[in-house]
Amino acid sequence: MAHSTQYTFVFAAAVCFVCAIVVSASAVGLAPRQQANERLDRQRNVLEADGALQAGEELDAAEAQRRYAAIEAVVVDLQSDRERPDLDPADLPAEELPAPENTAGLSKLPRYVVVYKHHTEDGRLDRVIFPVVGQGMWGHIEGFLSLSGDLVTIRALTFHTHKETPGLGADIDDPAWKARWVGRRAYGPDGDVRIEVGRGPAGPPAEDPFRVDGITGATITSRAVSELVRFWLGGDGLGPYVTWLAEEGR
Amino acid sequence: MDPKGKRALLDPLLDNNPIALQVLGVCSALAVTTKVDTALVMSIAVIAVLSLSNVLISLLRRQIPSSIRIIVQLTIVASLVIVTDQVLRAFVYGIAKQLSVFVGLIITNCIIMGRAEAYAMQNPPGRSLLDGIGNGLGYGVILMLTAFFRELFGAGTVLGVTILRPVADGGWYEPNGLMRLSPAAFFLIAMMIWALRTLKPAQVEEP
Repeated sequence: MAHSTQYTFVFAAAVCFVCAIVVSASAVGLAPRQQANERLDRQRNVLEADGALQAGEELDAAEAQRRYAAIEAVVVDLQSDRERPDLDPADLPAEELPAPENTAGLSKLPRYVVVYKHHTEDGRLDRVIFPVVGQGMWGHIEGFLSLSGDLVTIRALTFHTHKETPGLGADIDDPAWKARWVGRRAYGPDGDVRIEVGRGPAGPPAEDPFRVDGITGATITSRAVSELVRFWLGGDGLGPYVTWLAEEGR
Repeated sequence: MDPKGKRALLDPLLDNNPIALQVLGVCSALAVTTKVDTALVMSIAVIAVLSLSNVLISLLRRQIPSSIRIIVQLTIVASLVIVTDQVLRAFVYGIAKQLSVFVGLIITNCIIMGRAEAYAMQNPPGRSLLDGIGNGLGYGVILMLTAFFRELFGAGTVLGVTILRPVADGGWYEPNGLMRLSPAAFFLIAMMIWALRTLKPAQVEEP
């Protein structure tokens, strides 16, 4: 059927208009639910890195809130490597710093990061949870690394955001792989970052404290995780803050 | 149901399967079939998008100017895919995260544009709906079969339930790593095509 040029333009405009309304309505209408999901997911990840939540355990928002209460969130300024009690962790200023040259694929760093501290009942620092981020195979990988109270032993590593290949790199989310990090040591005796993802099976943490077996078929993702963990533990990341925390911040 | 509608619904399952006979939509079939749950959600998403896009395009088939029909179809499909992606992220967040970009890539799934152009533009909405559901199911059947075998042999589980206990958990089964890689889906789909063409020699192409 032949249509006039004018009709074609009007029709195209009408289709665009209707589609735009439908897309915007769904995006705006579902945003609160999605944000709630993201927040719950983030809390889950902090709790999982904290050990207050088993991988795969179901959790509703109220229960997450309750368990989350034991955790203290502090803002760390990457410029001064100190805590900034004057800033609200829930409402961080979005300032960025140019990243120093690094192998984690980061071109910018946030100036402020939220670190989660978990104290025992008598006030001793029991565990610390750091955010980690780096460039993966297809996009940013974001997660949390948790250190024990000695600030050397890794308690957990979890990821909440990544675009790695399903079935391959996406296995960084796999409980079995995450378990390989537990009990290994982030720093050597001199305080240098020693932990890395290597090739071939790594022994138990007691014998092979600095090496984690990579994911088969996901070399780039494994290396990316290795680099991002090392970056954030190191001098350009949260290393100086960890040193400070170990010396006087407990 | 009139015979034409019935054919629109049932033909794509075996006789004219979009993946097995037309070999369309293979890209996503490789990507999301490592686990049954992601394949299931992906199949449902494709069925939803395909049936809705078929109905909408069929309703508009006399109004769409033919000079811009492809871009109009694409606009409708793209909008439906975005809405589907939003809905998944709001209601099944965990699986939506695993499917990551592949829900968005439904836009480029040739089955959807193929059905819009080949069927919905010529047929009334009711039959187009059945055609959409049928083709979505045809896609879904292959996806689910592929995912079933990949998850079973690649991880020893089906829908996360352990069937073959892997050696790593103290069982006897050594998971087949190849099954977790995309080529495994090629092999499995190829075997399904082989089986189907052996059963139905009419599908065999002239060499």
